Amino acid sequence: MITAPPLVKEKKNYLNAEEGLMSWLLTKDHKRIAILYLIAVTVFFAVGGMFAVLIRLELATPAGDLLDSNTYNKVFTMHGVVMIFFFLIPSIPATLGNFLIPLMIGAKDLAFPRINLLSWYVYMLAGVFGIFVLVTGGVDTGWTFYTPFSSSYSNGYVVMTAMAAFIMGFSSILTGLNFLVTVHRMRAPGLTWFRLPLFVWAHYATSAVMILGTPVIAVTLFLLMLERGLHIGFFDPAYGGDPVLFQHLFWFYSHPAVYIMILPSMGVISEVVSTFCSKKPFGYTFIAFSSVAIAVFGFLVWGHHLFVSSQSAYAGMVFSVLSMIVAIPSAIKIFNWTATMYKGSVRLETPMLYAIGFMGLFTVGGLTGLFLASMGMDVHLTDTYFVVAHFHYVMVGGAIMGYMAGLHFWWPKLTGRMYSQVWSKVSAVLVFVGFNLTFFPQFLLGFMGMPRRYHVYPPEFQVLNVLSSAGASVLGLGYLIPAIYLLASLKYGAKAGANPWGATGLEWQTSSPPPTENFEITPVVTTEAYEYSAQEVIHVGH
Amino acid sequence: MMEAKSFQLFPEQASSIASHVDALYAFLVLVSAFFSLLVAFLIVYLVVKYRHRPELGPPVAQHTNDHGPGSMILEIVWTVIPLGLSMIMFAWGVSIYFTESRPPADSMEIYVTGKQWMWKIQHMEGAREINELHVPINRDIKLTMTSEDVIHDFYVPAFRTKSDVLPGKYTTEWFRPTKLGAYHIFCAEYCGTKHSGMIGTVYVLSEPDYNKWLGAGSGEGSMAEQGQALFNQLGCGNCHPSVVNNQNGRCPNLVGLFGTRVQVKDGSNVRADESYIRESVLYPQAKIVAGYDDIMPTFKGLITEDGMLKLIEYIKSLGAKNGTMSTATPGPVETSASPQPSTHATAPAKTAPRGVPAAPVAPQQRVQ
Repeated sequence: MITAPPLVKEKKNYLNAEEGLMSWLLTKDHKRIAILYLIAVTVFFAVGGMFAVLIRLELATPAGDLLDSNTYNKVFTMHGVVMIFFFLIPSIPATLGNFLIPLMIGAKDLAFPRINLLSWYVYMLAGVFGIFVLVTGGVDTGWTFYTPFSSSYSNGYVVMTAMAAFIMGFSSILTGLNFLVTVHRMRAPGLTWFRLPLFVWAHYATSAVMILGTPVIAVTLFLLMLERGLHIGFFDPAYGGDPVLFQHLFWFYSHPAVYIMILPSMGVISEVVSTFCSKKPFGYTFIAFSSVAIAVFGFLVWGHHLFVSSQSAYAGMVFSVLSMIVAIPSAIKIFNWTATMYKGSVRLETPMLYAIGFMGLFTVGGLTGLFLASMGMDVHLTDTYFVVAHFHYVMVGGAIMGYMAGLHFWWPKLTGRMYSQVWSKVSAVLVFVGFNLTFFPQFLLGFMGMPRRYHVYPPEFQVLNVLSSAGASVLGLGYLIPAIYLLASLKYGAKAGANPWGATGLEWQTSSPPPTENFEITPVVTTEAYEYSAQEVIHVGH
Repeated sequence: MMEAKSFQLFPEQASSIASHVDALYAFLVLVSAFFSLLVAFLIVYLVVKYRHRPELGPPVAQHTNDHGPGSMILEIVWTVIPLGLSMIMFAWGVSIYFTESRPPADSMEIYVTGKQWMWKIQHMEGAREINELHVPINRDIKLTMTSEDVIHDFYVPAFRTKSDVLPGKYTTEWFRPTKLGAYHIFCAEYCGTKHSGMIGTVYVLSEPDYNKWLGAGSGEGSMAEQGQALFNQLGCGNCHPSVVNNQNGRCPNLVGLFGTRVQVKDGSNVRADESYIRESVLYPQAKIVAGYDDIMPTFKGLITEDGMLKLIEYIKSLGAKNGTMSTATPGPVETSASPQPSTHATAPAKTAPRGVPAAPVAPQQRVQ
């Protein structure tokens, strides 16, 4: 076949603007950095997922027959550490947030492109520490690192793991800092605060939590390393420390960290629900301010992890009532998203299926959080599988459903390609069904009294555990299929136009994939966000 | 009973608090089910009713305020109703928690020491057991607990209660068993390799059966007696008077001390409870009683956690405030040689009294 030189050269975009590995590893383009993050978090998600497979296989029988106790403890620890620090925390902000925030506010890049690249390298350095721990023998403290077990008794690589989380924290801080400055300083002309997409509001709140909370975990882990390495007493009573102090410091970060994971997801849901209803989100200001309220109150509830730790009952009461209050902004969001559908034009495309899944599962996750915030109930349920079920409903049913919704929603923008609609819908349904089958039985197990982190368990818990393990295999399949059709779409997918879903944000006004400079002419915003009837009013130069 | 069931959905209710906790649970489940189903129903209804119909064109924008659709009344309704319900959950939870966390004054005391990976139990009368706890039915039981190493958590699902067991500190947990039988003890705070093996069984016995079981005894005397022996062995009595009205001026008299408030050197008041006594033995300089000199050496390393509990029990037996004179049983009744082995660790099933129906069945399968 004779290949004639193409008459019209393919339009330059951020993917083909430069070539070669070094053009990626040294890029300062927020979109390329987002792709670097996307690859990295996907790898860590797969690693964390494999640990989950081992856990569910082991728990299919009451005896410890597949793994020995030490290995099992390392497996659930690494599952938690990898999923939380290396997947959930950076998942949406560092990939979708990184890619979209400049596009959504009409900017050419983040405020500090070099710091953005640095944050990825810091993240990868933390990853190297994490992988070192994995291959050299693991760690068995649980992702919570409770002292004095972690500081004086564990035989695992505690300092290395703590170091990995410590370094990872700096990457979070850098990302959060970059987002805050960008949203303050780089909005396009006319893009006032109340014209911002709700995704940006959610990331703004997340960034505030990141830069205020992460230093605390860094300090806490540093103290842990000092105690373990140099026997300086902070937490171990044998050195004059207080073990419960560690829990206060740990949860002062790690409870807000839950909101670092869920808030960006809520931002995604706001965009997706609005787009696939072709309607402005119901109660825009309430959704926006509920993100801020969650970020603020989220810092004041850490003590609800300590109701049985000998914490004062009166302190417990304060934490309990604040934990009830922090649930309200989440409820407000759910009701507003639901109301957005009223008189909308609802299209059940794949991102919308994930968003609806999010709304159902996060509702259950949030409501079961009230069980644990209610002190008298928490005494029975804490440290049981009820807690495991609750936070998986929030983090998998909430955060990861939102991540999947966002990934499917913006995939055409990221890659310029459409993926298989059939397979993506099949996998969305599989994820929803598999998820419920996996984690709903764990609520029942928890109420029955099965403690978490149990390698061997009494036989009366087996039926529900088998159900859970069976569900996990469906869930695993649901996550595997997207890996295939998304990759396939890069080669075989139909070309996506600039705005395949009929959405309104500025990111849809530029081509897919966007050019390196995002917009050829800086857009000028003259309308509110989500004006489905007035898209032409948004001036985007082409 | 745990041994009979291979599958169940509701844990046994075997303590006075269990039905209260379950009532709150039922309320929480009802509220959660209502809202989950409401949201699910609304989503399905709205998706079907307002599904995309290309022939109708784009939806008509309806603006009720500057920022798009919205309704202040609806926002207030769906803020206030959940807030009100959550305040009920809060208040109800607090009321149960205060019951759970405050042992009745006349509770029977039992001491628990957790270590990787076993539970050591001491009864005041002197009986000791490992990974088993025998208690009489319908009595308020208070556990005073500490750990020799890491944090553990003493959890009895059938009693709906748990509490962390901390090193360097005493925590308490109480329950009133209301149903004869054998129930799981779980360690609920992750404590290392054999965390899931740190389990045991509570046997709830009738009062006569319990007394019979106690009578089998350890042959070592009551905890207070053992504590007194330790007190003498460590030479505490060389300084601390343990006789009424004997003040030697060097060290505080311990008679009637327990439970009182003590003025310490910095001018503040501390309650002479278990934690204070423990601290004063291990770190004597921490809170010196006003009027005394810093002359006491530390006994750190010289006394085990179990021994500490005996010492405390002895000091309690010297008289306590609020009329809760501990049962120090000073008579020589139980000191005579007993045919029972001194520790139950090696033969857990044998510690249960013969003729108690529930007790011995389950542990047979559960012995490590």
